[in-house]
Amino acid sequence: MRGARLALLASGGLVVLAVSVAVTVTVGPADIGTADVWRSVSARLGLGDSPLPPLREGIVWNLRMPRTLLAAVCGAGLALCGAVMQSLLRNPLADPFVLGVSSGASTGAVAVIVLGWGGGVVSLSAGAFVGAVLSFGMVVLLAQSLGASMDRVVLSGVAAMQLFSALTSFIVLTSADAETTRGVLFWLLGSLSGAGWADVVLCAAVLAGVLAVCLAHTTTLDAFAFGEEAAANLGVRVARARLLLLTATALLTAALVSAAGAIGFVGLVLPHAARTVTGSSHTRLLPVTALSGAVFLVWVDTVARTVLEPQEIPVGVVTSLIGVPAFVAVLYRARRKT
Amino acid sequence: MNDPQPAVAGRRAPAAAPGARWPAGGAAPQASAAGGDLHAERVSRLIGGRLVLDGVTVTPRPGETVGLLGPNGSGKSTLLRLLAGVLAPSSGVVTLDGRPLGRTTRRAVARRVASVEQNVHTQTELTVRDVVALGRVPHRRSWTPMSAADLGAVTAALERTGLTGRADQSWHTLSGGERQRAQIARALAQEPSELLLDEPTNHLDIQHQLDLLELVTGLPVTTVIALHDLNLAAMYCDRLLMLRDGRAVAEGTPSEVLAPSLIEEVYGVRAEVTPGPGYPVIRFLRRGAGPPVRYAASDRPAEAGTGAAD
Repeated sequence: MRGARLALLASGGLVVLAVSVAVTVTVGPADIGTADVWRSVSARLGLGDSPLPPLREGIVWNLRMPRTLLAAVCGAGLALCGAVMQSLLRNPLADPFVLGVSSGASTGAVAVIVLGWGGGVVSLSAGAFVGAVLSFGMVVLLAQSLGASMDRVVLSGVAAMQLFSALTSFIVLTSADAETTRGVLFWLLGSLSGAGWADVVLCAAVLAGVLAVCLAHTTTLDAFAFGEEAAANLGVRVARARLLLLTATALLTAALVSAAGAIGFVGLVLPHAARTVTGSSHTRLLPVTALSGAVFLVWVDTVARTVLEPQEIPVGVVTSLIGVPAFVAVLYRARRKT
Repeated sequence: MNDPQPAVAGRRAPAAAPGARWPAGGAAPQASAAGGDLHAERVSRLIGGRLVLDGVTVTPRPGETVGLLGPNGSGKSTLLRLLAGVLAPSSGVVTLDGRPLGRTTRRAVARRVASVEQNVHTQTELTVRDVVALGRVPHRRSWTPMSAADLGAVTAALERTGLTGRADQSWHTLSGGERQRAQIARALAQEPSELLLDEPTNHLDIQHQLDLLELVTGLPVTTVIALHDLNLAAMYCDRLLMLRDGRAVAEGTPSEVLAPSLIEEVYGVRAEVTPGPGYPVIRFLRRGAGPPVRYAASDRPAEAGTGAAD
């Protein structure tokens, strides 16, 4: 009965996501209709000839499609990571970046763009990924040596976040010229403008793997509601579950941040919004959170690239402009409850 | 008494409750089955370089209620955590059915041993039913819906603890006594054979203290319960284990253990013990009463009260 409701909710979400992608792909300065898009896509899938001229076909297939899909993957992944972090750390203010992953990524990216590390061979994304992994590794080591309780993990994350943010600012202020600074800033705020098919495929693959890991641990996450000791009493191998889930979400966050920068607030607010629909059970919460994150970011990115046409707003700015009021509402609700 | 479940007559004889492990109609298992239960043998535990528990042995007989007594910091909670298997002993061994807990999976232990911890709290918005359903975690696989057996165990646990009417209410709206009952219901949903409770009557008024212990001791499980209140321990426990500085200083029935001399030795207070209606009754005495205990003038803190110079 409950399973059927969840299946209904999930398939409904997938339909909404598919429609959102189909519609938003048609939005933009070049006047391309839904029918044209579908013709282009079906042609690509080998179902008939494309009637579109190569230039317009390129806009659909090489610019808008990967960008829209990357928005969906990032939205789903960030929201999923946020939900898992909040449950695991028992902290409603946790988000995917709380373990310093995004700060480490920004330092890595800046080291590549500004300092030229890697000698042009290492891409921005690769640099960001290395920085993210280094930062997360530092957090894990620090937290383990401090006793590995959840508050130590959070404090270690805060320390890493501060350290790497300071490093990033230092590098940018001392070494970058105005043009580079602008590019770095755009990336730091989170932007899907550079999306290509390689990013989409890589991020989607990591998302699929991490989603599978998280869905295999939904009752484990439920068991953390009353803390680690309570989870252990319910048969959870706490240290193993914590390390596995933190590593999986950090890996996904690192992949997403490397492709699109630190898009804020999706991972903080969407899980709270989803929880009001699904309740606390992670079997329902995780799929719904991921789907709503995907739909949300697809639309927000469409807003970001069209409102100030031809200028583009970094999508991270738009999510925060929407996210902050939502965040305040969450805080307000929490205040009334206690 | 507003206990929805009338106190079971003869609390040693377990009622055939839904979810009970024992065969329906079977008598309460006696201590016969060798190793069919949870034992701690000469367990010690170091925490932060300090010996918190030092060679303590507990061997509850199936179905009985064992009370752990002792002042704050005497090792009661640590002993319960060792029994639950969430903490490993530094030396000694805890066995379940004769098998060391360290060689049993956490999940398998959680299907047999349920714990009710002190003062649990959550930020998550959960209904009472959600909280009780957590007890099914060791019995379920992720990504599978609750089975009929799961739902049955949750319903039975709610019924048993008188929370059926509150099942769909938010856990946060419950009173302290109801929260404790919800935790006990969660533990019962685990369908354990052994139940461990850490000072479950803390912060409850006297009526709820009695209701709760009546409920717990009426359950068809082996119970180990840490208690502060010596009278409650005398009323509800079959056997007592008195701890002091991590060592067991006395073990036996309430009337054997609760002697004025031992109470004074362990707690540093004077008490009178009189035989009561089936269990001993303890009355504590004021320090000034009876043979006067006088402070030497030099022992008094200088700032105490008067401020007058000697």
